[in-house]
Amino acid sequence: MIPSEFEYHKATSIQDAIAQLGAHEDAKLLAGGHSLLPMMKLRFAEPPHLIDINGIEELRGIRLEGDTICIGAMTTENELIHSEILQQHCPLLVEAARLVADPQVRNRGTIGGDVAHGDPGNDHPAVMLALDATFVLHGPGGERQQAANGFFLGTYWNDLQEHEILVELRVPVIKKGVGHGYSKLKRKTGDYAVAGSPVVIELDGEVCRDIRIALTNVAPMAIRAEAAENILRGKVIDDALIEQAAAEVLAACDPAEDLRGDVLYKSHMAAEMARRSIRAALLQARG
Amino acid sequence: MDNTAEVQDREDSLKGVGCSRKRKEDARFVQGTGRYTDDLKLPGMLFADMVRSPYAHARIKSINKEKALALPGVHAVLTAEDLKPLNLHWMPTLAGDVQAVLADEKVHFQYQEVAVVIADDRYIAADAIELVEVEYEELEVLVDAHRAMDDDAPILREDLVGKMDGAHSTRVHNNHIFNWQAGEKEATDRVFEQAEVTVKQDMYYPRVHPCPMETCGCVASFDKINEHLTVHLTSQAPHIVRTVVSMLSGIPESRIRIVSPDIGGGFGNKVGIYPGYVVSIVASIVLGVPVKWVEDRMENISTTAFARDYHMTGEIAADKEGRIKALRVNVLADHGAFDACADPSKFPAGLMHICTGSYDVPVAHLNVDGVYTNKAPGGVAYRCSFRVTEAVYVIERTMDVLAQKLGIDKAEIRRRNFVKVEQFPYKTCLGWELDSGDYHTALEKVLNAVDYDALRKEQQEKRTQGELMGIGLCTFTEIVGAGPSRNCDILGVGMFDSAEIRVHPTGSVMARMGTITQGQGHQTTYAQIIASELGISSDEISIEEGDTDTAPYGLGTYGSRSTPVGGAATAVAARKIRAKAQKIAAHLLEVSENDLEWEVDRFKVKGVPGQEKTMKEVAWAAYNNVPEGMEPGLEAVDYYDPPNFTYPFGIYLCVLDIDKSTGETKVRRFYALDDCGTRINPMIIEGQIHGGLTEGFAVAMGQEMPFDEQGNLLGNTLMDYFVPTFVETPHWETDYTVTPSPHHPLGAKGVAESPHVGSIPCFTSAIVDAFAHLDVTHMDMPHSAYRVWQKVHELGLDKRA
Amino acid sequence: MAKQHVSFKLNGKQVDALVEPRELLVHTIRETLSLTGTHIGCETSHCGACTVDLDGKSVKSCTVLAVQADGSELKTVEGLADAGGLHAVQKAFIEEHGLQCGFCTPGMLIRAYRFLQENPNPTEEEIRWGMSGNLCRCTGYQNIVKAVQTAAKTLQQA
Ligand SMILES: Cc1cc2nc3c(=O)[nH]c(=O)nc-3n(C[C@H](O)[C@H](O)[C@H](O)COP(=O)(O)OP(=O)(O)OC[C@H]3O[C@@H](n4cnc5c(N)ncnc54)[C@H](O)[C@@H]3O)c2cc1C
Ligand code: FES
Ligand code: FES
Repeated sequence: MIPSEFEYHKATSIQDAIAQLGAHEDAKLLAGGHSLLPMMKLRFAEPPHLIDINGIEELRGIRLEGDTICIGAMTTENELIHSEILQQHCPLLVEAARLVADPQVRNRGTIGGDVAHGDPGNDHPAVMLALDATFVLHGPGGERQQAANGFFLGTYWNDLQEHEILVELRVPVIKKGVGHGYSKLKRKTGDYAVAGSPVVIELDGEVCRDIRIALTNVAPMAIRAEAAENILRGKVIDDALIEQAAAEVLAACDPAEDLRGDVLYKSHMAAEMARRSIRAALLQARG
Repeated sequence: MDNTAEVQDREDSLKGVGCSRKRKEDARFVQGTGRYTDDLKLPGMLFADMVRSPYAHARIKSINKEKALALPGVHAVLTAEDLKPLNLHWMPTLAGDVQAVLADEKVHFQYQEVAVVIADDRYIAADAIELVEVEYEELEVLVDAHRAMDDDAPILREDLVGKMDGAHSTRVHNNHIFNWQAGEKEATDRVFEQAEVTVKQDMYYPRVHPCPMETCGCVASFDKINEHLTVHLTSQAPHIVRTVVSMLSGIPESRIRIVSPDIGGGFGNKVGIYPGYVVSIVASIVLGVPVKWVEDRMENISTTAFARDYHMTGEIAADKEGRIKALRVNVLADHGAFDACADPSKFPAGLMHICTGSYDVPVAHLNVDGVYTNKAPGGVAYRCSFRVTEAVYVIERTMDVLAQKLGIDKAEIRRRNFVKVEQFPYKTCLGWELDSGDYHTALEKVLNAVDYDALRKEQQEKRTQGELMGIGLCTFTEIVGAGPSRNCDILGVGMFDSAEIRVHPTGSVMARMGTITQGQGHQTTYAQIIASELGISSDEISIEEGDTDTAPYGLGTYGSRSTPVGGAATAVAARKIRAKAQKIAAHLLEVSENDLEWEVDRFKVKGVPGQEKTMKEVAWAAYNNVPEGMEPGLEAVDYYDPPNFTYPFGIYLCVLDIDKSTGETKVRRFYALDDCGTRINPMIIEGQIHGGLTEGFAVAMGQEMPFDEQGNLLGNTLMDYFVPTFVETPHWETDYTVTPSPHHPLGAKGVAESPHVGSIPCFTSAIVDAFAHLDVTHMDMPHSAYRVWQKVHELGLDKRA
Repeated sequence: MAKQHVSFKLNGKQVDALVEPRELLVHTIRETLSLTGTHIGCETSHCGACTVDLDGKSVKSCTVLAVQADGSELKTVEGLADAGGLHAVQKAFIEEHGLQCGFCTPGMLIRAYRFLQENPNPTEEEIRWGMSGNLCRCTGYQNIVKAVQTAAKTLQQA
């Protein structure tokens, strides 16, 4: 399990990284390397050039800008877990990061890499959907912002344009009346989700003003279970409605069968994870 | 200090048998100075890497090495064609079959070795294997063992066409390897026909892999000038490897040195002889430089040494009270493409005929058919004695089924059938002699410890609330310590083992054994045996194993044979030394030998206080003042051929809860009582039990090697192949009773494998028990959340109001 | 491919090496720098046998390129003991029988060393979670948990 040969380049700034992507054909960015290097070792990926973005300070760190939390793409999972800003203002990300991989992997793997990579098993894409995040992308043509909703297009396929870099991920702070929940079923520590579901609920009194239910690893990419959301939006959520929503989650799933389970199991597990997350989010939203 | 306290003090200072002595080997391991095979670096060493088949069954049409050979740093690319002139393209297996070293015209399983590349380093080798171009023509694949002997099944082994004389029996089909039976068929059938009650249960014991943390590897180094071959390799049986290498290469054993350095776990994976070893040796001989081969984890799981893969049917005939009248077991054994099982030669199904378990079974019949399929060869004893895990599984499962059918509690039905303490030594109807045991006492101890009745009550309540709680029980008898050479040999070499002990003039000791530790702590425990026998502190005793140049010939370590056989050899050799020492002591004290008595570390003249000689004093005298006619020195060798196996036993109980919505299982309690006879080092025993239980947990709850219809192995990395982490692993509770073996010099029986063998049926028992009120009698492993949920779903238990 | 020069501090000593860009850090440590305490168990970032301490964080050195370690500070199992003798985690592993074949042990130790700085007074559950990137086939983990607890006590008293 040894990668094939490549040239290694260190990028010193975002601009430099974009320039290098342009200068070297088929180059790939190297972030935490914990999706890319394993694929290269199996020779599923054989990029001739790697552009290491670990040295770019601008890509790191978590800051609060008004009601928005700005997370540098190169922030590692463990940095997410230990961020006081997130613990206070966005517990969903902390919870999700705790369920990613294992302690060592969490020291290297970055949220930007997790979102950009395109593996449907990655946890952050669905979390970003549930949080209604916005991505800041820099490319040869300058900077643009793109909503998470619509960014994920398929397996290893997203809206990143040629030579573009994911620079920052922006998520709203949790407010009174808002609740988060993440549930993930995995075979063991260090495994990807059999199914996972992050949920964000906004309550208006007892009424569900808005809800986002997203799903991990039960479709070619992270998806929203919109039909399920529609059942709950505008209602006072009770057990019967949760059951109806769970049925819609189940119907929304289109998982690939593998050793983690067949379509039936994975879909049922997605429904169960959604149920659990809805309950947890409700509890939190009610304060 | 009074006298007894003084004696006790001396005894304690020996750190002998019974002491939880800290391990001698640890200091180097915790500093990172252990020396494992891949740590070895020799001047000029090259690296070997394998080109492997992507197909499970295909004809090789051509192999083109040119591009690979053109890569700078590549020294050679070898194929079966290149090995043919040396007659090394095939090699004998331990089971009387042959195995292709490199695929000869055909590949028989996915990842089979097709060519080997020898290069400057592992990076270049990894590049070069990509450049070897192999053209295949795919053939029909045989994956399902049940189809192997169908008329229209594809022919796998063309080399065997027409050879219907198998190594163990006549073959009835080209994909048939052997038929093997034990017991009395007619008598058994007759009992079944007339029985008040019969039960029958099919079960599949999945193909699994031992997966030690260190994979297999070797460094072969041939000295052309002296025609001397040294091989460092990950082997649980270095002496056997030397014999085989000598037979294959024609180099005399005296010019072959095999070294098993530190081994990062074996669990059966490192008993076999693999193509990687053979090609490294050949390459080193051909190129005249050292060659290293180390498999990666995917190669390890895919190609070296699977275990189990037994399709079994257990049947019991009983009376209405649940007393067993007869047992019938039928097995279809999937051996993969070559029969490379590591069993004693006489027993192609290992010790499967221990399947009467802990029970008084009047008559039984066992029938086993082995077949070829397009899967990797192996069939090793994964932390057990040859096929004992399968045997215990089939009897324990079938006992549960019987209990369920009769509505008798599963503890009670065992009580009624246990071999009673007064029946030992007990001859089983399939030919074994259980040396000692007290099953009833052990069972009651466990049931009391966990308050079994309360657990059953709790379960009753849970069931009324629709919750799934399971209580598993396994009351197993193991058979370890292969073995008496009258029934056990490997390649014709009897399965004895050896110890060679030298006492130096200053009273320190060096001992060497034919076994080899892989984490069992031999350097610690063997020293404890000698300490107690000779009265010399174990801290002054050094143990060496694993180097065929220095160690006496032995059959190695697997099947829990080290303590029963190697440990016995050690005790007997030490006793020979003590006998000589007694003569010297008598000479020094000028009394007759019979006037002396032994006390901890010295000989005393009976009834004359103060007249004594310590072993240390005697050791000194052995080199300068021995009785006339006696040769000086103080050393002994023993080759111990055990009169019988030893039969450790245990009572395991598991309590678990199942989450109906996901199928996840939480093991709430696992109580393991083991009886391994005399306990040499309780700390090490406990550690071995923890490890074995954890491996049993892994097998029962997640390990499997599934194949698709094309024979592709699904899941050969540690992402899919289940090795539990700290988080999933349950907390273990251990307990013991001590029923010494009457025939072992120390009364010890061997323990490391019991927890693996015993825990697996216990987990299944608990899982099935959770569903038992719904008439479920058996569920096949692995009991992953996915599989358990399928049962939940099938029964409609996940329906919501 | 042209080799690149890397330089880092390894167990307190500045070292230099010439590496191919694709060279995995674990190979540089084991082969070029001949510190073979760090082991390879899976090569797919699952087992933790290759764990080293990189700039104060536990990482799996089979999934880090040697070129990425340029300018860093590394500690491996060989760097745990000092003139004062074995480190508390090393002693505790011996004391509590936290190892058998020893193959996972270097990774376990270097992870435990870092974990106890991240969480000096952990509960059993926290230990199991914090050590969950390291696999062991021999011990069943129970005695490793005990060893980490023992080491925590010793370190707290010091
Ligand atoms: C044992 C193990 C278990 C794991 N378990 C989980 C899990 O449970 N859940 C989970 O979500 N993940 C899991 N992962 C994946 C891990 O979280 C990865 O770290 C993550 O998917 C990728 O992040 P990275 O920083 O390592 O990216 P890299 O591997 O460096 O890069 C991944 C891809 O994204 C691209 N990329 C990276 N950063 C950017 C950027 N800023 N802009 C544009 N493109 C970029 C790269 O070019 C590459 O194509 C696991 C990994 C391992 C090894
Ligand atoms: S070898 Fe690096 S994690 Fe297993
Ligand atoms: S001690 Fe052997 S793998 Fe942990």
